[in-house]
Amino acid sequence: MTTQNSNSADVSTAEESTQDEVLLSVDNLKMHFPITRGIILQRQVGSIKAVDGITFDLMRGETLGLVGESGCGKSTTGRAILQLYEPTDGAVVFEGQDLTDINSGELRRMRRRMQMIFQDPYASLNPRMTVGSIVGEPLEVHKIGGSRREQQQRVQELLEIVGLNPYFINRYPHEFSGGQRQRIGVARALAVNPSFIVCDEPISALDVSIQAQVINLLEDLQSEMGLTYLFIAHDLSVVRHISDRIAVMYLGKIVELADREVLYENPLHPYTQALLSAVPIPDPQVEKKRQRIILEGDVPSPAEPPTGCNFNTRCPQVMDICRQYEPSFTDVGEGHRVACFLYDEVEALNEAGQPVAVAA
Amino acid sequence: MANLIEVRNLQTQFFTQDGIVHAVNGITYDVAEGETVAIVGESGSGKSVGVMSLIRLIPEPPGKIVNGEVNFDGQDLLQLNEEELRQIRGNRIAMIFQDPMTSLNPVLTIGRQITEALELHLNMNREESRARAIELLELVGIPDAGARLDDYPHQFSGGMRQRVMIAMGLSCNPQLLIADEPTTALDVTIQAQIVDLVTRLQSELGMAIIWITHDLGVVAGLADRVLVMYAGFIVEEGPVDVIYGQPRHPYTLGLLRSIPRLDLGRQKRLIPIEGLPPDLLDPPQSCPFAPRCPFVIDKCLEENPPLMAISAVRSSACWVDLSDVEIYDTSADEQVEAVA
Repeated sequence: MTTQNSNSADVSTAEESTQDEVLLSVDNLKMHFPITRGIILQRQVGSIKAVDGITFDLMRGETLGLVGESGCGKSTTGRAILQLYEPTDGAVVFEGQDLTDINSGELRRMRRRMQMIFQDPYASLNPRMTVGSIVGEPLEVHKIGGSRREQQQRVQELLEIVGLNPYFINRYPHEFSGGQRQRIGVARALAVNPSFIVCDEPISALDVSIQAQVINLLEDLQSEMGLTYLFIAHDLSVVRHISDRIAVMYLGKIVELADREVLYENPLHPYTQALLSAVPIPDPQVEKKRQRIILEGDVPSPAEPPTGCNFNTRCPQVMDICRQYEPSFTDVGEGHRVACFLYDEVEALNEAGQPVAVAA
Repeated sequence: MANLIEVRNLQTQFFTQDGIVHAVNGITYDVAEGETVAIVGESGSGKSVGVMSLIRLIPEPPGKIVNGEVNFDGQDLLQLNEEELRQIRGNRIAMIFQDPMTSLNPVLTIGRQITEALELHLNMNREESRARAIELLELVGIPDAGARLDDYPHQFSGGMRQRVMIAMGLSCNPQLLIADEPTTALDVTIQAQIVDLVTRLQSELGMAIIWITHDLGVVAGLADRVLVMYAGFIVEEGPVDVIYGQPRHPYTLGLLRSIPRLDLGRQKRLIPIEGLPPDLLDPPQSCPFAPRCPFVIDKCLEENPPLMAISAVRSSACWVDLSDVEIYDTSADEQVEAVA
C-alpha cells in the first residue's frame, strides 16, 4: 500500500445515485514493468512504474472517464484491469470475483463479461479475416454461438446494432473507412454480451466529424444494454461529454476523482486545473478571455518518479511537504477525492504508505 | 497590411495507378504580412497538400501542380527553378511539421541540424552559426541551450523536439512560417506551451503564419483568419470571430456542432455529420458536401457553388443562406431535421 489509504471501499456518490451496485472495484492496483540488463543473464536494474497504486470503484451502468497525458498509465490501467497484463500488486474485483486470484479457465469465462474497444481501428482488426469472422470469433472462442447459421445471424444482428449493413458480413476491413472499422470493433466487443467495456481511446484516430458518430453510438448502446464503460481518453472535452465521473491520472496515479460537473467546475488538484485550462475551446470570444496555466517542463520518467508527490516537479503551487511526503488520496466531500496537500484533510504518507504526522 | 503571399486558383493532382486524385481543386487566398491564417479541414481535405504546393514540396511524380499562381514578393513561386526556390525555402518561407521525431534527422546532433540552414542561407561560419543556434534554442525556451546543442533528437522529449523544430524554422528570420499540425502529436499541456511560444515569437518577430490543423479549438485562440477546406475546395473563409460566431457553410456548422465543448453544460447529444467525405479519385460535379448536407437543395446537386463573397470580409461556397441558423440553439436543431 503506498498511495491510497484504507477508507477506499466506497467511493463516489453511490448512495444518491440509482447506480448503487459496485460492478468493478480496483484496489491499490500496481503494474510495474521490469527494466533488465544483460543478454543471457538478465538482471533487473529497475522498473517502470506505469501504474503505481490506484483505487476506484465503478458502479453498474456508469461511465468512468480516465484522462491523462501520454505515458500516465491510463491505457495500462485498462489492460491490467482486464488481466491482459498480470498486475504486480493489488486486487481487481469484478462481479464479486478477484480477477488477480483466479485460474486461467475461470478467467476465460469472466472475459465474456468484460471486453475492450481499441484505439486504432486499422491495427486492431486482422486484415485477412472477413468482418463476419472478426465479429463471430468471440462467439466461437466462448462456444456460445450455436450452429454456424445461428452464429451468422447473430453477427448480422450485431452489425445492424452498430449501424453497419448486415450484408457487409463477407467484406474485409480494408473496404471500410476508419469510423466504420471502429463500429466493427464495437460489434466484436458486444458479441459476447458483456456488462463492462474498456474503451481505450476509441475515437482519437478518427476525424472530427466521424468522432461524434461513434460517441453517439456508444451512448445509445449504453442506454439500451445497460453497459458500464471505463472510457480512457486524452481529450477532456469528449470525456466530459460521455462520463458520469472522471478520474485524472498523472504518472501512474489518480490525482483526482469526482463527478463530472464537480470536476470541471471546481477542480482541486493543480494538475487538473492546468489540464483543464490547457484545453482549447472552439470559440474565439471565450479563448480571448481565458487564463491559461502553462506548466513548465515535461513529465518525469516513470522509472524514476520524484520523491513525495509525483507532480511536485511541475506544480505551480509546490510546497516543502510535497517534496518529502506523498499525499494520500482522500475524500474531501461528496465523493470528490484528491491527492494534494493544499487540502487539509489530505494526510502525508511515508514510503510504506502509512500516514505520518507532519507539523503544519 | 500588404499581402505577403497571394495564391490564385491553385490546383494540385496526384497521378496514381488508380486514376487522378483531385487533391486541391483551385484554391485562392491571400496572407497579409504578420497575419495568422488557419487552414482547417479533416484528413484528405487537401489542407496540407495545398500549402506544400506553395513551396513545391509535393513529390513529383506522382504529384503535379496543374494550375495556379503563387505570388510571393513579386515572383511566382511556381515558375522558379529549383535553385531560385531553394533561396526562399527554409529562408524566407520556413516550415514546421507535425511529427517532430520523423522530421529531425536522428543521426545528426541538434546543433548540426540548426547550423546547416544558417551556413547555407546566411553564409555564416561555424562559430557564428553555433552562437546563433544557441541563441535560437534559448529563444524557444530550451534550458541549458549551449550544452544541449550536441545532443541527438532522441535525447529530447516530444515537446522539446517541437521547440527545436521551431528554432530551425525561425533560424533565418522567415517572413512566412508554415506550421503543419505542429501540436497534433503533443499532449494538451505541451500543446499549450507550444501555442504560447509561437504566439509570443510572432509578436516579437512579426512573421506571418499559416497554421494547418484539424483542431477547431486551437484555431480559435490563435488565428486572425480561418479557411475551411473540404474535398480540395475552400468552402468558407473569414475572420475567426465571424466564422465561429456565425458559420455560413453547412460543413463548418456541422464541425462546430459535432465537437463537445468543455465550457458548456452537457449537450444532450452531439450532432454528427452523417456519411463520409467524397472519393477524390472520382469527385462529384455537384457540391462535394451535398450528400452529407442537411440543407441540400436541388441546385446543390446540379452545380458546385464557387466561393462567393457574402460580406466585405467573408465568403462561403454554399447556395443556401444560413444566416438565421444558430450553432447551439435547439430551435436550429429542429430546423435541421425539418430541412432534412
